[in-house]
Amino acid sequence: MSQSNGAVVNHVHRDDFGAKLGMWVFLFTEVLLFGGMFLVYAVYRFQFPDLFKLAALELNTGLGTFNTIVLLTSSLTMVLAIVAIQKNKKNLSLFYLASTIGFALVFMVVKYFEWSAKFSHGIYPGSEELLNRQNGEILFFGLYFVMTGLHAFHVIIGVIIIAFLMVFVYKNKIVHDNYVKLENGGLYWHLVDLIWIFLFPLFYLIH
Amino acid sequence: MEHGNTEHKTHSHGYGIYVLVWLALIALTSITVTVAGVDFGKLALPIALFIAAVKSALVINYFMHIKFEDPIFKVFLLLSGVTLLVIFILTFFDVFYR
Repeated sequence: MSQSNGAVVNHVHRDDFGAKLGMWVFLFTEVLLFGGMFLVYAVYRFQFPDLFKLAALELNTGLGTFNTIVLLTSSLTMVLAIVAIQKNKKNLSLFYLASTIGFALVFMVVKYFEWSAKFSHGIYPGSEELLNRQNGEILFFGLYFVMTGLHAFHVIIGVIIIAFLMVFVYKNKIVHDNYVKLENGGLYWHLVDLIWIFLFPLFYLIH
Repeated sequence: MEHGNTEHKTHSHGYGIYVLVWLALIALTSITVTVAGVDFGKLALPIALFIAAVKSALVINYFMHIKFEDPIFKVFLLLSGVTLLVIFILTFFDVFYR
């Protein structure tokens, strides 16, 4: 008869491999987005090595280091959330995801204080104080604000994604044998961490 | 109910390995900060970038799980890295010899 293929009805189409591959393709577009900016940075640092050093001295290395450790730790809690769900420990996974958001918020608060300090010294894109300086310094701070700003924007997006992941885990949409959403969210979060791994020495550690 | 050969292979590692990777990342961060305080002149930037590259390799291989994924993921990663490298090299040919 025509309805003899009843077994197919129960089959839910699922392709974790494809989902992850798609996520990686998206991550590559992100790498190219930031890669373009790193390229601009490289060219101008090559042209103005001394002024880049001079300008970089004004950044707070201590806060930068602190934020690096915070972000690395958030990457750890993110990956532990996946291990927890694999072991079917829902509450532990939720705890790790909440910790990840917590670290992300600490990162943003530190960023807020860093930027506020710069603003109060009259250093922000297009400010009179900044425009009176030499070209190399203007370029350094321009790149600093655009690149760390775009990165911070990614951190905020990441927080929103992880919040959604928590809802999915809570509602059992992400479970121990179906957690590709969590993995893909994790991939995004680790990319944000990766970009910071390069931003940190290039802006904060020039002496 | 859900089945098929595209689902997760067993690749659970437990918490320990990730904590070790995290410790290595923290150690590398303190090394790069300490090294930045020493005057290495022209070598300072290559050293900083090398440490950043090692940290990236740790994050990509373990946290992003690439070490345990299908080879096609590594091919993709290599392809994007090479693309970026080519863009950098070609641009610098222009900048150096301008």
